[in-house]
Amino acid sequence: MSGLAQASVAPAAAEVTAGGDDQRPTRRSWTAYLLLLPGALWLGVFFVLPLVQLATVSLQSRFPGFPGYYYRDVNFQNYVSALTDYGPHFLRSFVYAGLATFLAFVVAYPLAYAMAFKAGKWRNLMMICVVAPFFTSFILRTFAWSQILADEGWVAGILNFLHLLPSGHIINTPLAVVAGLTYNFLPFMVLPIYASLERADPRVIEAGGDLYADGFTTFRTVTLPMSMPGVLAGTLLTFIPAAGDFVNMELLGPQRGKMVGNVINDQFLAIPGGYPVAAALSFTLMAAILVMVFLYVRRFGTEELV
Amino acid sequence: MAGFREAQGDLRLDSVTKAFGDFTAVDDIELHVPRGSFFALLGPSGCGKTTTLRMIAGLEQPTAGRVMIGDTDLTGSRPYERPVNTVFQSYALFPHLTIRDNVAFGPKRRKEQDAAKRADDALELVQMTQFAARKPAQLSGGQQQRVALARALVNHPEVLLLDEPLGALDLKLRREMQVELKRIQTEVGLTFIHVTHDQEEAMTMADTVAVMNKGHIEQLGAPAALYDLPKTRFVANFLGQANTGVGTIKDTDGDHLVAEVLGTPVKILKSRSQVHDGEVVFGVRPEKVTVSRTQPDGVGNDVRGVVRDVSFLGVATSYLVDMPSGATWSCYEQNLDVEPLDLRPGDEVWLTWNPGHAFGVPVDDR
Repeated sequence: MSGLAQASVAPAAAEVTAGGDDQRPTRRSWTAYLLLLPGALWLGVFFVLPLVQLATVSLQSRFPGFPGYYYRDVNFQNYVSALTDYGPHFLRSFVYAGLATFLAFVVAYPLAYAMAFKAGKWRNLMMICVVAPFFTSFILRTFAWSQILADEGWVAGILNFLHLLPSGHIINTPLAVVAGLTYNFLPFMVLPIYASLERADPRVIEAGGDLYADGFTTFRTVTLPMSMPGVLAGTLLTFIPAAGDFVNMELLGPQRGKMVGNVINDQFLAIPGGYPVAAALSFTLMAAILVMVFLYVRRFGTEELV
Repeated sequence: MAGFREAQGDLRLDSVTKAFGDFTAVDDIELHVPRGSFFALLGPSGCGKTTTLRMIAGLEQPTAGRVMIGDTDLTGSRPYERPVNTVFQSYALFPHLTIRDNVAFGPKRRKEQDAAKRADDALELVQMTQFAARKPAQLSGGQQQRVALARALVNHPEVLLLDEPLGALDLKLRREMQVELKRIQTEVGLTFIHVTHDQEEAMTMADTVAVMNKGHIEQLGAPAALYDLPKTRFVANFLGQANTGVGTIKDTDGDHLVAEVLGTPVKILKSRSQVHDGEVVFGVRPEKVTVSRTQPDGVGNDVRGVVRDVSFLGVATSYLVDMPSGATWSCYEQNLDVEPLDLRPGDEVWLTWNPGHAFGVPVDDR
């Protein structure tokens, strides 16, 4: 993602500087490229090269009889096996990530709205509360959730008391995974939505009321559309990492029925000779996410406002 | 439309007060705006004019008093329930909608069948038809201003509120839009309430001007009447220029009061003075003051001064004259004579004026 964004900046910057000063166009445009160099180098070394490496690994074949050894090849069988053997894992990843994104949106929007318009002097405190979890490690917080959702914990206790849990457990169920994902990525949903609401001119929202729209209609036709850039950014920032996540499934999820992130993790670290399939899975996941994001942005993106 | 109030008639504010905590932004004002008139609320920033406007729109609720249109009491109703629309200072166009959809927003909310057609008509009225498909960010300030006007006018509100609508435009565009606004108001015949701090804008456009200061209406009337006979010191100074001096009323002479200013008697028509004894501020507009080198053989009202500055303006020559009281007066000499006075800074001159042009106001504003 960031690679694409960076690449599109270069020609635009060159154009602006060249157009801005006709006297010394060459020198000015070189300055622009020079400024881009550190970023480009960083991306080249730590993003493009590993990506190429991963692509070649994803096409390698195993040496028969020597587990853990590969030879250079163009073997698409890895991709076939990634899709046929692990299709359900992909599906679970996208469904759980989609649910978590939706739930995070449902929680985050009212929170961001309250922070932007209603909080007054409490705004900074609320902001700190939203960001505070980042001061603790991601793994630690997820462990904390395994305690909270444990069978002996009060959440399961109350739900069981009310007979709302047919299986009797929350921990080690997909529900716990979705809850963990929602919690862990919530700030990434709150902050962009808050930023876009906070930036909205209150007079524009008043204009909705002045033009015969009641409170809810003004929200639906003015406030929500004006915050769409934030919603778009928030959903992407939540969905993309959630779809590739494996920690929540590892710590909160069931033994069987894992997500694609867990499969990749296992293939890389636990299964001897799993590298090519892991690489193929990674590439498939990346391609699938890119396609989904592309379609999503084309459907909901508002280029003037992003 | 649930809750929409159909109301017709004059706009009336009945003892309206608005307080924000300890601060009283609008203090017990009475206002009566006849239907179809172009009314200006004029005052410096912080005088309460915008708060007054927002109470008429329903964006603020008064702490006390009533807002009426005709016989309908609108106090307490929500903005979307009122037959009132606002042109906001920052235009407040919806950034995510096209110009046409911006203008059609009101009619659509009111479930008008021909919303799109009405939007196009309104855009034609403000000469913005060719921009209908654009987004607000693609328009200049002046164009956005016209769209904001169309978006309000399209609803045919009973009262149209304009909150410093020309404030962000450059001088030339302001002049054009002043003429344009006046034309549109005459064409559609709606009540316009125009909030501004620009006295020239208020005087050229409005039928009636209310001058506000510190939450009160200082004076209300036709622009010419306010200019000719201000009733407070604030109005005298805020609306145009005024040459003033402080004196004490000593005597009367027929229809005139005689005030003594540093030993010089100054006459003011009784009917043109707000105070009839004690201290008075007398004032006279610059263009009513005549400059001469020798003492005029008139009936008093002549004061000696020293020219401080001369500016040739073409149609007239403007003088700044230091008065014995320490004040600096401004006056004009129309360039009619073959032999102009040819005054220089430092020259001693006599200033005189017809007592019928002077006005008297209290020393203290509230």
